[in-house]
Amino acid sequence: MASPIEVLSWVMILSGSVFVIIGGIGLLRLPDFYTRIHAAGITDTLGTWLILIGLMLHEGFSLGTAKLAMLLFFLLATGPLATHALAKAAFLRGLDPLQGRELVDRHEVDDSA
Amino acid sequence: MTGVFAAASAAIVVCMGLTLIRSIAGPTVFDRILAVNSFGTKTVLLIALIGYLSGRPDFLDLALVYALMNFIGTIAAMKFTRFGDLAGMEDEDSDEVY
Repeated sequence: MASPIEVLSWVMILSGSVFVIIGGIGLLRLPDFYTRIHAAGITDTLGTWLILIGLMLHEGFSLGTAKLAMLLFFLLATGPLATHALAKAAFLRGLDPLQGRELVDRHEVDDSA
Repeated sequence: MTGVFAAASAAIVVCMGLTLIRSIAGPTVFDRILAVNSFGTKTVLLIALIGYLSGRPDFLDLALVYALMNFIGTIAAMKFTRFGDLAGMEDEDSDEVY
């Protein structure tokens, strides 16, 4: 019989995988670089948080949990930083975001193709 | 418990496939760098999950190293696309997006 902590860890790992899948689909389907950053952000923050905290709950109080906490800290510090630097670099290089009607039209073209 | 780890690993592998498609098809170089960065994050998660799946949590050390290298690699690739050189900082004053 599984303890409540084990069940909570299963739920967190599985919901984290769902968020990772959502991020992957968004990265493939969204029309523009700046919108794709949102999809990558879901994977970098929410999916990572849920999966690593689920693994921590499974591991219990040990050295593995300390390593997982370090992993969580590094991913949390570097993921949004890299995404932000990438968005800033793209914008300063003159890559214009799609706006308004253009965004809708591009999306419709993608759907009909 | 093993089933949960296997299901999560399978989901991450599928998602890595989607990310790889974007990194090959992405119209601009920034799309490719974003996809490769996201791929690296998923690799870290996959290494951690496979460590627990095979009962060897030592894999977490590999995941830690990979997380740090992934960030440095992303920044290095960005700098390389901007300056065409990893050492210098000279601006070539070009308006090219790609």
